[in-house]
Amino acid sequence: MRVLVCVKRVPAVAGRLTLTEDERALDTKYVGFQVGPHEECAVEEAVRLVEAHGGEAVVLTLGPAEAVEQLREAMAIGAARAIHLVTDGGDWDAESTAGAIVDAIGEDEAANGPFDLVLVGNEAADSGGYQVGARIGRALGRPVVTGIKALSVADGTARCEQESGGGRDVYEVRTPAVVAVLEGINLPRYPSVPGRIRAKSKPVASSSPARPAQRLELRRLVVPVTEAKQAQVLGKGAAAAPAVVELLASVGVL
Amino acid sequence: MATVLVLITTADGAPDKVALQALALGSQLAAGGAVHALVLGDDAVAAGLGAWGATNVHLARHPALDVPAPDAAARILDDLAGSLGAQFVVGPGTEEGNTILARSAARAGLPFAANCVSVTAGSPVAVTRSRWGGSLLEEAVINADRAVLTVAAHVIEAVESGGSASVTPFTPQLDDADLAVRVVGRVPAPAGGVSLTDAKVVVAGGRGAGSAEGFAPIVELASLLGAAVGCSRAVTIAGWRPHTEQVGQTGTKIAPDLYIAAGISGATQHLAGTKGAKRILAINKDPEAPIMTAADYAVIGDLAEVLPAISAEIRRRRGA
Amino acid sequence: MATFPSSAKVVIIGAGIVGNSIAYHLAKLGWTDIVQIDKGPLPNPGGSTGHASNFIYLADHNKEMAELTLESARQYREWDVYTTCGGLEVARSETRLEELRRKVDSAKNWGINAYMVTPAEIKEMVPFINEEILVGGFFTPETGVCDSLQFGTLCREKAEAMGALQSFANTEVTAMGVEDGRIRSVTTTRGTIEAEYVIIACGVWAPLLAEMAGAHIPLTPVVHQMADYGPVPLFEKSSKAIEYPIVRDMDVLMYERQDGIGFEVGSYAHRSILHDPEEIPSIEEAKLSPTEMPFTQEDFDPQLEDALELFPEILGDEKVGQKYAINGLISLTPDGMPVLGETPEVKGLWSACAVWVKEGPAVGKSIAEWMTHGQPEIDCNQSDIARFHAHQKTRQHTKARADEAFPKTYGIVHPSEQYLSDRPVRKTPMYEWQKAHGAEFFEVAGWERAQWYGSNAPLVEKYGIQARPNEWDARWWSPIINAEHLAMRESAGLFDLSSFVIFDVVGAGALDTVQKVCVRQMDVAVGRVVYTPVLSVTGGFKSDLTVMRLAKDHFRVVTGAAHGMADMKWFADNAADHTSVIDLTTAYTTIGLWGPNARKIIQKLTRADMSNAAFKFGTCKTIEVGSQLALASRISYVGDLGWELYVPMEQGQRLWDELWEAGQEFGITACGIAVYVGTGRLEKGFRAYGTELDNDYNPVEADMLTPRLKAQDFIGRAALEQALGEERAAVCCTLTVDDHTSSRTGEKRYPLGRQPIVTPDGAPITDSKGRQSYANSAGMGPSLGKYLILSYLPPEHAVEGTKLAVQYFGDLYPVTVARVGSKPLFDPENDRVRGIEPAAAG
Repeated sequence: MRVLVCVKRVPAVAGRLTLTEDERALDTKYVGFQVGPHEECAVEEAVRLVEAHGGEAVVLTLGPAEAVEQLREAMAIGAARAIHLVTDGGDWDAESTAGAIVDAIGEDEAANGPFDLVLVGNEAADSGGYQVGARIGRALGRPVVTGIKALSVADGTARCEQESGGGRDVYEVRTPAVVAVLEGINLPRYPSVPGRIRAKSKPVASSSPARPAQRLELRRLVVPVTEAKQAQVLGKGAAAAPAVVELLASVGVL
Repeated sequence: MATVLVLITTADGAPDKVALQALALGSQLAAGGAVHALVLGDDAVAAGLGAWGATNVHLARHPALDVPAPDAAARILDDLAGSLGAQFVVGPGTEEGNTILARSAARAGLPFAANCVSVTAGSPVAVTRSRWGGSLLEEAVINADRAVLTVAAHVIEAVESGGSASVTPFTPQLDDADLAVRVVGRVPAPAGGVSLTDAKVVVAGGRGAGSAEGFAPIVELASLLGAAVGCSRAVTIAGWRPHTEQVGQTGTKIAPDLYIAAGISGATQHLAGTKGAKRILAINKDPEAPIMTAADYAVIGDLAEVLPAISAEIRRRRGA
Repeated sequence: MATFPSSAKVVIIGAGIVGNSIAYHLAKLGWTDIVQIDKGPLPNPGGSTGHASNFIYLADHNKEMAELTLESARQYREWDVYTTCGGLEVARSETRLEELRRKVDSAKNWGINAYMVTPAEIKEMVPFINEEILVGGFFTPETGVCDSLQFGTLCREKAEAMGALQSFANTEVTAMGVEDGRIRSVTTTRGTIEAEYVIIACGVWAPLLAEMAGAHIPLTPVVHQMADYGPVPLFEKSSKAIEYPIVRDMDVLMYERQDGIGFEVGSYAHRSILHDPEEIPSIEEAKLSPTEMPFTQEDFDPQLEDALELFPEILGDEKVGQKYAINGLISLTPDGMPVLGETPEVKGLWSACAVWVKEGPAVGKSIAEWMTHGQPEIDCNQSDIARFHAHQKTRQHTKARADEAFPKTYGIVHPSEQYLSDRPVRKTPMYEWQKAHGAEFFEVAGWERAQWYGSNAPLVEKYGIQARPNEWDARWWSPIINAEHLAMRESAGLFDLSSFVIFDVVGAGALDTVQKVCVRQMDVAVGRVVYTPVLSVTGGFKSDLTVMRLAKDHFRVVTGAAHGMADMKWFADNAADHTSVIDLTTAYTTIGLWGPNARKIIQKLTRADMSNAAFKFGTCKTIEVGSQLALASRISYVGDLGWELYVPMEQGQRLWDELWEAGQEFGITACGIAVYVGTGRLEKGFRAYGTELDNDYNPVEADMLTPRLKAQDFIGRAALEQALGEERAAVCCTLTVDDHTSSRTGEKRYPLGRQPIVTPDGAPITDSKGRQSYANSAGMGPSLGKYLILSYLPPEHAVEGTKLAVQYFGDLYPVTVARVGSKPLFDPENDRVRGIEPAAAG
């Protein structure tokens, strides 16, 4: 089985968000970068599928030169090789991103045969566009399922579960297919030292696609002003318990 | 004046709340023009949409629409938008809405702006959309003749206009390819437990719980209150609790009457999932933790001491 | 939380290991009304303490650091926040193994239990290590891991319980109030607080706070990478957080240790990653903590292979993952030492910075003692903030040196190793001349000083000086030094002493000031030059220096470059009313001319009578020398007839040329500083500050005192009187090395100083005050033809003729006690210095 997993290098935000001076990106000097949580699980899923079925997991990203770090992370987990679509670091809208990925898939498949599955994160952690998977599937004429929290493949059919109304809806699609996964589909492993060392010598194929005119064109980012609340302190330690229970009663949840 | 098409998704015979919010935005954008609503297969919903601002309701009837079929929905939406000459195609910023609109835009070769919090008509159309689960906003323009977008949940209020609309049933044209992705079965919800999404009270723990065992007082209080148990991402990554309990941007977004966050510092990723909570009670050792600026009430202290005391107090009261 | 006070006796900025420890120790010494603030939350406000690996390694070549570490371990143990696990340093190469042998020497100097171990013994202690790639190691059984956060909390609780301390978290300093050179207040986000003392103990942020007050704390935040791997199946049965010794894999500059079920890997092998204090994120901006910067995996990856090679069983396990990794910020200073004490710029403003967890409690104690008594029990002179010269306070210098020093954190650093960065800064007037004469420049206090001259190489053959066969012994050394020495003894040597720190004490209180600071009688005739010890209140050495009385109310102090700035502060701190202390360091150059022909040479250039009768030893006067007026001072640190000549810096080269010219017919030799501070003074038994002289020893033990003290009071008098009344626990002796042959390699070896002096069978020698005997200085006495060692010995060993040994790289070399006390081995009656003819028969 051949699985392609697409990942995005995103800032590892946790504290207050600060913008760069041109207000077009987050100031990342304090936060570092990571693969988005959905995609981290997608990588793990790809590696597990290959561990179960044999074959090859390939990781792809579109991002700046530094995004090779994220590719190495994925290869440390078990991806066999990487495709790096190198950008100058500027924002690419989802439509352009999907276009570049589709081209890259075409090229790779021409040489190595089709990917049974293309895994993407359900939505990017930073831009939250919810569409790259759908666009890839449409362009390649392959079925797309989104919001997936369980995935298995047998006899050319991918069985996908999507959370819905407390239970789960089940989709079955023929491969090759595109699956957009959600965090929680698995618990990703931590990369081991041998994994990291192997990753260093795994191949990364780089190319620099041209950035087309942006049709969803980012003008600027804004950190929303949220009024900081002044929490009413009910007390300290165990002594606060009666006040808390009063509160529970007063809001009718006791 | 503009022609607007709004996708109304439904559940259990009623329109989705967010879909009605999308309809409200659609009405604004129409600015007196036609507000078309598309409903897939649900007659009752179709009939009521005039009251929420639709001027024309299109009711697609097709046997294949009994179960979710996102490509079919996208095709119907795209075909209808084309035949209406809509300048705006609007949907709800839900998983379902986003995937249908994304597929529709992909079909039509149009850009798609997910989870908009405001839209300004013009040339080009300007949108402000949510990033990082609402922690950041993006101002962007849509460089296309037709703006395809979804409305972020719970940002715009649904407006009951008291109007009425004619309902036009039609049979959409669907090919096999449109039905390749279709729900074929269902795994029922596990018995027992309280759903995080619907819970009136959520009691959640974070890194401050210290270990899987450290969740015992959280689970105990939740069961006393009939509440759902939640946790932060740090906890699921550590393997202390299952991901189904994770509250946050990449977990569940909750909307309880009371959210009790114990030992949770309040990272951006977590707070993105708690915006729907009516009240937040934070229990934390650090009086300056970020969660404090989002909380309405606070107890300063170690959850391992505070929570058992609260449970004991509840038992005492109930016993009395 | 209590309301924020408007005034306090002491404000401590910082609630890391240092600030907490200071609070406790001040309270213990009776201080009250202490307010501690930190911009972060408690108990972990987000500084370097919070991410420290917390291990306490008990061996250091440096005495001051070793003592601070030992005392800290004692305090951690006392409060039961210390887990003893032992510490291994392992060697993959013979070169490193040699360094470890040297480290065992150093450990022995400071009374630390340490010994060499074989690969098999290492394997026994750490069963999961790959001992096959090791050639050996050394082990310190008492090394352990502390809980620095717990210790800090206990400090605060105890100080609070004594009613002495209030702590305020989440309180950020925004300004400092300084009036008339004294700290008055600290303005914070909670309000302004007036204070008599303010202590900056906030590590990587300290430079910014010092700047608010117009002071300088030269340190730079630098990244130290750490990563945690786990879960390790082997550790799952562990009952303690650490059961196996910490391993320092010295050759690859890394350490590894068990941490619960995890395995922590730390590295100093990556490139130096320096930050500016301004670049440290705020608490709101930081992902983890402000001093835990995003991990840069690409810097760490190359080291992983080394770690894997040593610990294949743990790190080679595919199920053991990298769970947590940070670029932790720590503080580095221009010379690698902490920055402690009152800032020279602002009275009452103290620094307690660039301190690691292994030194924190002892630094807290030392600062508290220093503030209380004026002197800490552990001599912190190398850490004294007053040591810095102006250029050393700049960020450029600090970063350049930190950048250079970082890779040496686990490196093998020769005791004479020179910094190469940010040079040259200070050039003496003779710099270009020296360069043209092949000078090998060593740097002290920014000055480029000629250590020896390549142009003197032919003298090596003339005097038959042997090279040292061992590369370590020969590194940063040249046989030319000994040749220059002998040339001086034979005829005359010309020395560039421009790096002297020179300052004047002037005004109505000048005499009172120098009397108070100096041990010897200062109320001498104008024109007298007095060499004197300077003591702390505890009677130990604070300095030794010379004072010239130039007029009734005018004294000129001349002292060494390395410690001169601290001396100047000491005089200023103790200055009487109506007295000024004026820095003249860069106003005057000093040229030294010594040797049996010195008088003949200078007499050629002057009309002044330079005879013994007209120009007595220990006097100074302004005379014409060639083209200029020079202040000539007849003293000698090299034990020969001659003068120091003080002229304006810009005229120095001209005078040098004239002396050089005049000396040609006598075969004058330009001599490097190595003769001045090394061979020349050693064979005269002259003690030096920083080697023989520090606060651990008093003038009685150094044997530098006439029995009668002057009538006037001086700092340290009471302690000194007490010392005079007791039998001295040790006395400084001169030892000669009897055989240089290594029993292990057969090679001739030359101990460079700071090695244990032991009994012939290798047992350490400890005096009744618990001090170990070690070679304070060691070096050749070329005129004696003997290799000399100065060392303090207890009375039972301080007997001339006693056979002892010096331990060098683990081997013992026989030595003999040649002289007890200060009487020189060379020219014991000082005929040469006194200019008694004939003297040239060296």
